[in-house]
Amino acid sequence: MTGVPEAATGTRTAPEPHLPIDAIRPPRPGRWVAAAVAVLAMVWLLYTIIVNENLHWDVIAEYLTDGRILGGLWVTIQLTVLSMVIGLALGILAAVMQLSGSPVLRAASGLYTWFFRGTPLLVQLIFWFNIGLVFPSFGIGVPFDGPKLIEWQANELITPFTAALLGLAINEGAYMAEIVRAGIRSVDPGQREAAEALGMTHRQVLRRVVLPQAMRVIIPPTGNQFISMLKTTSMVSVIAGAELLTVSQRIYLGNFEVIAMLIVASVWYIVLTTIASVGQHFIEKRFERGHHALRTRVRRNLRPFGKGSV
Amino acid sequence: MAAAVTESASARPMVRIRSVRKCFGPVEVLKGISLDVPVGGVVCVVGPSGSGKSTLLRCVNRLETIDSGRIWVDGDLIGYAEKDERLHHLRPSQLCAQRQDIGMVFQRFHLFPHRTALENVMEGPVVVKGVPKAAARRRAMELLDRVGLSGRAGHYPSQLSGGQQQRVAIARSLAMDPKLMLFDEPTSALDPELVQEVLAVMRDLAASGMTMMVVTHEMGFAREVGDNLVFIDGGVIVEQGDPRQVLANPANDRFRAFLGQVL
Ligand SMILES: Nc1ncnc2c1ncn2[C@@H]1O[C@H](COP(=O)(O)OP(=O)(O)O)[C@@H](O)[C@H]1O
Ligand SMILES: [Mg+2]
Repeated sequence: MTGVPEAATGTRTAPEPHLPIDAIRPPRPGRWVAAAVAVLAMVWLLYTIIVNENLHWDVIAEYLTDGRILGGLWVTIQLTVLSMVIGLALGILAAVMQLSGSPVLRAASGLYTWFFRGTPLLVQLIFWFNIGLVFPSFGIGVPFDGPKLIEWQANELITPFTAALLGLAINEGAYMAEIVRAGIRSVDPGQREAAEALGMTHRQVLRRVVLPQAMRVIIPPTGNQFISMLKTTSMVSVIAGAELLTVSQRIYLGNFEVIAMLIVASVWYIVLTTIASVGQHFIEKRFERGHHALRTRVRRNLRPFGKGSV
Repeated sequence: MAAAVTESASARPMVRIRSVRKCFGPVEVLKGISLDVPVGGVVCVVGPSGSGKSTLLRCVNRLETIDSGRIWVDGDLIGYAEKDERLHHLRPSQLCAQRQDIGMVFQRFHLFPHRTALENVMEGPVVVKGVPKAAARRRAMELLDRVGLSGRAGHYPSQLSGGQQQRVAIARSLAMDPKLMLFDEPTSALDPELVQEVLAVMRDLAASGMTMMVVTHEMGFAREVGDNLVFIDGGVIVEQGDPRQVLANPANDRFRAFLGQVL
């Protein structure tokens, strides 16, 4: 009972006493040691890189803004954006088919994701590039060998760029289908019922109620897919896709600056992925409309023991 | 002549349910329900959990299909068109048109979480009826005012209490100018002190002449507002009548036992 004021009983008369909290934190030596080790390791790593004579910093600086590199950069951006947009559209289509009542549509969608997730992307890219060996020409007209309105030769149609786009987009669609499906599943079925009770059609329910809410679940993994796609486009170098890695390789085959050119490419990849991460953050925020509690949830779940609110 | 027409129109019930049966798999949940709700009438449906009350309401606006029987709302057969002595399934667009006239309020509100209170109320008229945004906003503000929430128009559902969410949900249904309102245990998910604010809105609505089917455990509300009290147990209507009378003198043993539990 030392110094603890008596709790007032009955109706309060005296004002509550002020009891300041001026507590001393327990020491954390482990934390300081870990930080010191980490700083030391980073400084040493940086030092060995900077003084290394085999890394030609002047060459790296010179080629960073080389016209051919910038051209490759532009192709990488185009391939990424186009494959993600087409992939997302294919993914939504496949997911909606998967969740539809028709067993035929479900099977078609299942077959698509099964096949394209089950074979390596590298194989698919080479396959699309060589599609002319299977189908020498494409046409629009009557199916099953009927007369054709227009016809193209595969050799003209399938450039490295179109083959890359086909491979990346169709493959991406198979993964996006799973992501979109998980997003749609996450929406409370009561939402659909409330919308239907207002008289909305199937499409209106999907567009106005289900998909916007599914987006909250779809966007974070889609952002990851986008960032991953920025780097996956480098696989296109096997069919000479003229993107960042391909042009870097072409340059080092001429000047033998292998490491320098790989660093040039890596710098640009990191710039692109960093920009994409920042964009992802803002888009995620946009789709968290109405879910204020979610924003702090990660922080709250990971808060160290003993810390008060925020 | 004109008098006869109006008389037959007013004699026609808003809801006519005849011999409705509904199975989920092998389980028959509704075992032949027949019920009329007159225009402007308030029917309160009570019964133990799992007796089929929600299913009955959901059949009325075709969130569930029925296995046999007929349901008419304002003279329209729900879900089917009768032609040449045969029933034809309605097309999805026709079902949507039927649902527009029937408002539904759910136990767990089901407001759209990504839209503000105002946007929730505007959603139906704008999307379904194509009402211009400005007009829909004006009307939505009126409705929010009517349920006492004009000060909360810009709030998201997650920022509202349960009672406020349910009142927004009622406004959202009213925005479609329904002929009939279905309430499925609208106060069962609410903290006790929030129940009355929702019941007050429903009381006003009943007084304004809205036809209502209300599944509820609030016997006070049923006694005061209801024109007819229906006790459902095991998928059949066991007892029904004027709420004041049946609540004072329940004839059926199961109904008496049920009342002993909820009162
Ligand atoms: N979609 C469904 N699928 C299968 N069984 C269901 C479904 N909906 C309701 N049921 C069953 O039907 C019975 C009646 O349910 P419900 O109408 O919700 O009862 P109440 O609203 O009176 O509590 C319950 O036994 C419930 O388990
Ligand atoms: Mg129920």
